[in-house]
Amino acid sequence: MFGLENAGGVDGAALVVGVVLLEAIVLYVGYGMLERVLGPAIVDAVRGR
Amino acid sequence: MTMELFGVAATLLALFAGFGVLIGLLFGFFGMGGSFLVTPALMVMGYRTDVAVASGLAFVFATSVIATLKHRDLGQVDYKLGVLMIAGTTAGIEVGKLGLHALQAIGLADTVVSVIYVGLLGGIGAFITYRATRGDGGGGISHDAETDADAADIPDIAKTIQSYRVPPMMRLRGGITVSLWLILAVAFATGLLSGFLGVGGGFIRMPALFYLVGVPVPIAVGTDLFEIVFSGGIGSFLYAMDGAVELSIVVPLLAGSALGARLGASATSLVDEDEIKVYFGVMLLLGALAVAVRKVGTSLDVPALRTVSLVIILGAATLVAGAVVYSSVRALRSEEVPVASAAD
Repeated sequence: MFGLENAGGVDGAALVVGVVLLEAIVLYVGYGMLERVLGPAIVDAVRGR
Repeated sequence: MTMELFGVAATLLALFAGFGVLIGLLFGFFGMGGSFLVTPALMVMGYRTDVAVASGLAFVFATSVIATLKHRDLGQVDYKLGVLMIAGTTAGIEVGKLGLHALQAIGLADTVVSVIYVGLLGGIGAFITYRATRGDGGGGISHDAETDADAADIPDIAKTIQSYRVPPMMRLRGGITVSLWLILAVAFATGLLSGFLGVGGGFIRMPALFYLVGVPVPIAVGTDLFEIVFSGGIGSFLYAMDGAVELSIVVPLLAGSALGARLGASATSLVDEDEIKVYFGVMLLLGALAVAVRKVGTSLDVPALRTVSLVIILGAATLVAGAVVYSSVRALRSEEVPVASAAD
């Protein structure tokens, strides 16, 4: 995936772990924004308001 | 024709993303449940053992990053305790690995590790279930939104341990004061088991922080996740050097689990612990059963038993995740929880 199938060694490992860490941070920020925007509406919907 | 994204079948990506939501929910809520769910599932799906272990570890690392950030937002990470735990755990892991290598040399490692794994999971699960069903205020998993330790919420064992005032004393989040040596001893012991069993150790550390040190559960979960960021990151890097981390597994799994972990972490501030702690204990008991079944399957060379083991683990995980979601929704509808904390 992403052309990193053959990544190995110190540089390859740093690249793979970096991709995983970057995805984690992007998802944290992205889902956080979604939660702020949609959260109150979803909570109200769950509460039946 | 199969639809592909980045050279990977879309159905496989969707499967991993869905599986990720389930795992993330448990991970965010309990601070555990990643590696012992993902790795066996990947192995049953036919991935090589090193790829399953490495990808599971990379996934746990990334999920811990996200869940730790979330728990930090809720004020549930004690960094001082986390650093001390990392120091003690690292030393324990090294000693545990030495013990494992010694057992490998005489050919007893697999059997001994399986027996200890089953004993630990089963023992902790039985203990938590027993305390939960007794319904006493002094035991079980407490998920109060409050991160200050109420004297009534501290388990009796922790109170006894806290009474040994060997200097230097450390003041931790939650308003508790314990000996530095006690923290290091607990960290070393849990690290010893982690190194010996070859697992992340969240299922050992989180109850240990609560039952032995007396740390309120929300902080125990947040601090445990903080520690997994470091252990998981180092482990992932070492495996990635051999090219064993498979991104086509980790990326979609993480996309799903990031959502689940966010829901799970928020649920810790919503759910009544009396309902959930029984499920938590039962999940550990079923985990012990699953490991035992897998061991028997391996010993007798019956592959079907390994599948049965996976079904037990996934069934238990689905049951508990469903209970967390159900209890959260019920708590939101009860009107007792402030909107701010629910939406947080």
